[in-house]
Amino acid sequence: MPLESIKIETDVLVIGSGAAGMYAAIEAERRGARVLIADRSLIGRSGATVMAQMTVAVALGEEVPDDWHVHYSDTIAAGRGLCDARLAQLLCQDASECIREMDHWGVGWARKDGHISQAVAPGHDRPRCVYVDFLNTGPAVSKTLRTVMARNPRIRKAGDLCIVDLVTSDGEVSGAVAYHLESGTAVTIAAKATVLATGGLTRLYRRNSASANMGGDGYALALRAGAPLIDMEFPQFFPIGHLAPRLIGMDPIMWDPFRYKLGGRLLNGQMEEFTSRYGSSEDGKYVLTRDLATYAIFKEVEAGRGSPHGGAYLSFQHCSEPALREAFGPVIDRLAANRIDLTRMPVEVAPIAHYHMGGVPADARMTTEVPGLLAAGEVVGGANGANRLSGNAITEALVFGRRAGRTAAESIKSTQKFRARDARAALELVGADAPDGTNTAAMVARLQSIMADDVGPFRTDAKLRRALAGITALTEELGDRPPGRAVPFNLQRLEWFDLRNMLLVARAVAETALRRTESRGAHQREDFPTTLPHWQAHQRVVLAGDTLKISGAPTTAGALVS
Amino acid sequence: MSNIATLKIWRGADRAHGSWQTFEVPFEPGQSVLDGLRWLRINKDPSLAIRFSCINANACKECMIRVDGETVYACTTRLEPREMTLTPLPNKQLVRDLVTEIAPPSERFGT
Repeated sequence: MPLESIKIETDVLVIGSGAAGMYAAIEAERRGARVLIADRSLIGRSGATVMAQMTVAVALGEEVPDDWHVHYSDTIAAGRGLCDARLAQLLCQDASECIREMDHWGVGWARKDGHISQAVAPGHDRPRCVYVDFLNTGPAVSKTLRTVMARNPRIRKAGDLCIVDLVTSDGEVSGAVAYHLESGTAVTIAAKATVLATGGLTRLYRRNSASANMGGDGYALALRAGAPLIDMEFPQFFPIGHLAPRLIGMDPIMWDPFRYKLGGRLLNGQMEEFTSRYGSSEDGKYVLTRDLATYAIFKEVEAGRGSPHGGAYLSFQHCSEPALREAFGPVIDRLAANRIDLTRMPVEVAPIAHYHMGGVPADARMTTEVPGLLAAGEVVGGANGANRLSGNAITEALVFGRRAGRTAAESIKSTQKFRARDARAALELVGADAPDGTNTAAMVARLQSIMADDVGPFRTDAKLRRALAGITALTEELGDRPPGRAVPFNLQRLEWFDLRNMLLVARAVAETALRRTESRGAHQREDFPTTLPHWQAHQRVVLAGDTLKISGAPTTAGALVS
Repeated sequence: MSNIATLKIWRGADRAHGSWQTFEVPFEPGQSVLDGLRWLRINKDPSLAIRFSCINANACKECMIRVDGETVYACTTRLEPREMTLTPLPNKQLVRDLVTEIAPPSERFGT
């Protein structure tokens, strides 16, 4: 029996309220659209943006002369031959307008001597990365956009609204079916344009640096609506995620800004510098790209030279207390509350799931291959190739979000395509009930173990096949109906819908990783350790019934679009 | 020192008809109350309703509850090897268990 549903109609539906979603909503509204922005959690507080304590890459030229073409070259080089040139260009070219608009809205980019400070990050040829002190970039970006939206009653904001499926009418996305977590109520949304801004898939992994709600929803929604995905074998691991001692109230990627400002030394369990063993010396500077640093740490641990908890040491013992305080102020007290004194001890770090390069292919207007469906931010695949350059994630969220909002607003003159019958199957699923016994929280934890153990940055044929068998078993266990009833804040039901998405997305990652018999950027095959020219190509995934169909696709890397 | 934290948790969807449930969770120095609640959901009772998003970064500010009568974030409050009493915020509309309506009205669905 389908539930009674609340029906909503809007011009533009934005799914997700990180930086990409909020910028899309703001831009679509100022171009005349009626906008509904939905988030499965609270507006402006979930996703990856609010967790990003790091920096934002943009060729502002405030610190030293710079040009977007140079930022573009660095982005393409980091992408190991797989960047979509049009998207990389858009990212670099539109960045300064968005960063300056954020400045105008009061985000508070750190300044010195009257100009915006720009730091050097690994992979950039010059100081290019702006930030908000202290370790406050993501929260400040979120808060700024949320404040701009709050001033605007024409943007309708809906927290705790979980999108279950997109609705397609004659091959076009015409809206979505959702349910309201707080009440359990089913909701149908008719929209002329829908912007996916759901972020990445880091929740698939046990140790990850984003919010608990980043389970790849957008990829699954896109697949089921008929859109392809590309580059799904490339989740990025951030090499120096915090490992030990145990920290509370801190983001595990906090050491990144520390390294921007203070350098720091990466050491093995025997307190030796080791990255030069893998062909890339650090020399006390923070220069190593993420894929290379992740590789070096894993190999050192494998050789029995890891730190006690299975990572590497990161030391700032060369820094004085005043230098630490000048760079990070109150953060030093938060560390002290966690019994960490950086002048006397190193911390332990290890690679942690951080970002996803793959996703929904879009053109430079952010339209996807399915009419009515746009994508923005991390959910988009291709801009960053096989390895994202530091600092490009918030930039792409802002740039792609703004662009998607602009394109989505063009739909206001068109008519609604939504028909109630097209929403029926998804509504039935939202209203379905089943016995209450499933421990969905434990199933999520099991999936995270499978992915961390067998689909991490280092893969083999055997590990990937074992992972796929585990994913299949979990999928069978999940069944086809959510457990329990649609009562207020039923987390087991939410997790069931999450797992429905996570298992599909996990399969896409593992199957494409199995098929790519080479090593490139974030995808390292221990049984195929070299990069092969004929694999300089995207793999494309589509859903056919219950099966994922994978094919190759030519790359557009290197060709700058004028 | 004991290696068990005892969490006494208020459960219910109606303030007048709630009940108390007590769970023992393994304690490791340095853990947060949120770590204990997440362990509890995976290993003892997945039906417990809690609200959190960013896990332990104190960025999302969603995990606000009362611990021993004090309003705190579950992610920055240390788990301790003793009995700790967990209740929903008293001044917000109750949703279920430890979850209350904390979003500003203009950001809620249906308003």
